[in-house]
Amino acid sequence: MRPCDENEVVEIVRAAMAQSRRLQWCGGGSKRDIGAAEEDSALVDLRGLQGIIDYDPSELVLTVRAGTPWAEIERALAAERQMLACEPLDVAGCFGRSPGEMTMGGLVASGLSGPRRVVAGSVRDHVLGFRAVSGRGELFVGGGKVVKNVTGYDLPKLLTGSWGRLAALTEVTLKVLPAPETVCVVALQGLEAAQAWQFLARVLGSSVGATAALHFGPGTARAESLTVIRLEGFEPSVAARLQGLHGLLAPHQALLTLSDSQRSALWASLASLDVLPRDRPIWRLSVPARRCSQLLAELAAGDDRWLFDWGGALCWLASHVEPERLRDAVAAVGGHAMLWRADAPLRRRLPTFHPLSAALGALEERVRSQFDPLGVFATSRFAGSVDAH
Amino acid sequence: MTVLLPEADATVLARRAEVVAVLRRLVSADAVIDDVARMRPYESDALTAYRQLPLVVVLPETTLQVAAVLRWCHENGVRVVPRGAGTSLSGGALPLGDAVLLVLSKFSRILEIDIEDRLAVVQSGVANLAISAAAEPHGLYYAPDPSSQIACSIGGNVAENSGGVHCLKYGLTTHNVLGVRLVTMEGEIVDLGGRAFDSSGLDLLGVVVGSEGLLGVVTEVTVRLLPKPESVRALLIGFPTVDDAARCVADVIAGGIIPAGMEMMDRPAIHAAEAFVQAGYPLDAEALLIVEVDGPPAECDHLVAEIEQLAMRNAAESCRSSSSEAERLRFWAGRKAAFPAVSRIAPDYYCMDGTIPRRRLPEVLQRIRALSEHYGLGVANVFHAGDGNLHPLILYDANQPGQLEAAEEFGNDILRLCVEVGGVLTGEHGVGIEKRDLMPEMFSTDDLAHQERVKCAFDPKQLLNPGKVFPTLHRCAELGRVHVHGGVVRFPELPRF
Ligand SMILES: Cc1cc2nc3c(=O)[nH]c(=O)nc-3n(C[C@H](O)[C@H](O)[C@H](O)COP(=O)(O)OP(=O)(O)OC[C@H]3O[C@@H](n4cnc5c(N)ncnc54)[C@H](O)[C@@H]3O)c2cc1C
Repeated sequence: MRPCDENEVVEIVRAAMAQSRRLQWCGGGSKRDIGAAEEDSALVDLRGLQGIIDYDPSELVLTVRAGTPWAEIERALAAERQMLACEPLDVAGCFGRSPGEMTMGGLVASGLSGPRRVVAGSVRDHVLGFRAVSGRGELFVGGGKVVKNVTGYDLPKLLTGSWGRLAALTEVTLKVLPAPETVCVVALQGLEAAQAWQFLARVLGSSVGATAALHFGPGTARAESLTVIRLEGFEPSVAARLQGLHGLLAPHQALLTLSDSQRSALWASLASLDVLPRDRPIWRLSVPARRCSQLLAELAAGDDRWLFDWGGALCWLASHVEPERLRDAVAAVGGHAMLWRADAPLRRRLPTFHPLSAALGALEERVRSQFDPLGVFATSRFAGSVDAH
Repeated sequence: MTVLLPEADATVLARRAEVVAVLRRLVSADAVIDDVARMRPYESDALTAYRQLPLVVVLPETTLQVAAVLRWCHENGVRVVPRGAGTSLSGGALPLGDAVLLVLSKFSRILEIDIEDRLAVVQSGVANLAISAAAEPHGLYYAPDPSSQIACSIGGNVAENSGGVHCLKYGLTTHNVLGVRLVTMEGEIVDLGGRAFDSSGLDLLGVVVGSEGLLGVVTEVTVRLLPKPESVRALLIGFPTVDDAARCVADVIAGGIIPAGMEMMDRPAIHAAEAFVQAGYPLDAEALLIVEVDGPPAECDHLVAEIEQLAMRNAAESCRSSSSEAERLRFWAGRKAAFPAVSRIAPDYYCMDGTIPRRRLPEVLQRIRALSEHYGLGVANVFHAGDGNLHPLILYDANQPGQLEAAEEFGNDILRLCVEVGGVLTGEHGVGIEKRDLMPEMFSTDDLAHQERVKCAFDPKQLLNPGKVFPTLHRCAELGRVHVHGGVVRFPELPRF
């Protein structure tokens, strides 16, 4: 099914309600291989809803139909020297798909942000408003189209990252920001994970104002580990920040400056995760940054590979570690583990997202069912076999 | 002013003595206030036109006590209104006659400052500014800075999603909160978010922030701390017309600059402020901009030079940049004192809080002036220019018959105007009771129902802060009804997440 406007989306949901069928929303399919390949639902392709509705650069606001490709929006923003500050990554390559297909609806519905999230906030922090069709077959709006708004509940936050479980987004309004004039990426080689966390924490806690703080474990980007810092802004500012960064180095440490092509290659590998081995599951761990190195030491076997972003608050771990053990360890430090890439049987067996505590799970389920009481969007994709059917 | 609040439940009123006794048992004898004289200070928040004594006031000091109170109230059908410091400008903390007023002021401890991970865990009654004060020795601070920051509580900030002058660059409360400990009306304690950047499952934290005390009682908050900027500088720029100032603001942003703050004042506000604090504001200007930049000194110097150029290109008649901290503070002194300054030129003022697309500013200010003539009431405008958040201050005299009502009507017209030009009813002060009945200007019945159902998920009996935010108090059973179009629904066995 491929609706062309929001009224058709309403019709599709109403028909599914009447026939007790389940629906699964999709955009460009860059994340189709996250979760199980569900057979219990009809796929609805939202790419028929296309185009920019309003973009006024000096208002910092962009309104766009949900099926519009991110690539097109990225170009439109670049033409005005603007950006989406949460730095969305097109992860298609990680799943052997070709990049360029990700849609704005998919970007918002998955809520996944890139390295700049460590200072600039996540996708949810830049979604100002939306139009959507809930599992009640009703079109509704949430939020607004201005950068500052507290009128009513912040439904845009609730829908961001809801993976299509509450409603089909048909239109989204986003806050955009000026793109930096100058970018400079530097690195340190050979730090241990714990040292890297500490160094990045010092940088992020200083007035250096890094806009990316990551660490590629040994045997990923290079044989030795690589700790990467990005500085951005107007030229005089980047120069001053770089000087500040030098001030944080120990006497024996020296910064490598990465060339544009080295930088692009590193950034591409953050989306494709091609620096991690293909033969084992990849986990996305969201943790308190200070716990990251200890957790990796505890979980990663000798030939496992990992990298971390957001100063340690986001770890990507490729490992055969027993899933239950991993989830327990991550939960014990106040984090959660999402199964990112794995073979089909594991994706069917495990819930994609870290299971919630009983009280929180019950609350979430009550919220979900308010939007979708009949379970039209409640497919088994993320459920894992313990819970499914 | 009058506003319709949910009808008091006579059976609850009749059980008042029992409620008081139970609260004394669940919390402690001295944490319960039930005599009128001592309840009086709690009868309103900062929207003082509305007053109502609560059934009883309780001041718990642990999350378990809060849970016990809410559980009992839930089981017994007793309403509860949460209150932080009572500085809300929209009546969100206005008591109800049949409701327990649950005051969080004893939740006053800063539990932890994590320097490396740059976060603070604090109890919800801690004052906003106290967090920055505690973080200061480590070179860190908490960015959202409502003007009420000495007094307002972080729990109240979370409930209102409060902003401040610096939220242009650093975001509102919601962008700076990592987690909350929430007690639901049923007495369930849940942690939403935490020390990690995002959480598994739906972003319930995102919807709790800004929910105006309707979804649960927040007892603990984990906030992000930021490193203090190395240097800060401000510019004070006078313009001959509002148009010129508005164009300058647009040019600054189009030039790729997001200042730390960018505030505008119109002529009446400039004059009131200057008369009050002698900040050196240009009295011949129709509009004044205060632009603040922060970062390494080299960056500030660069940005100040850029902004000066843009100001000149937009017909600025005066432009000064601060060369010392004392001068910077002097630039701000008038803006910071705008409210008390205005209260010297009129017996009363009423502060509005709509947001508009900035490009509509000249037209909106013109229409506000026309409305001002129509109602015969003065208005002074202070304005978070960078993000389009207007604070028109309507001047009136409550002792003159009819002026209060006229001020309220004037305010409503301004908010309708904001929505008409593509903006919203409130940028940072919240809906509360004040803008409750205007919600249909912005949202359809279906839009509102989708919000109200979130309330039903958290508080199906609608006992927590009812009568706020939503114009009609629908029953959850009614909201929950599913309309199936042309078919029969079987309820399939649903997989649960
Ligand atoms: C002079 C002045 C200047 C102001 N300037 C600004 C400004 O610049 N920016 C801005 O955004 N606001 C401003 N405000 C408004 C106000 O200070 C904020 O809305 C503030 O966040 C309210 O905090 P509070 O602790 O006083 O909350 P209260 O007024 O006590 O309560 C506000 C709402 O929050 C709920 N609530 C409070 N605590 C909790 C809790 N722990 N759990 C659940 N619900 C709770 C209440 O039920 C109520 O609905 C200003 C107010 C004044 C008087």
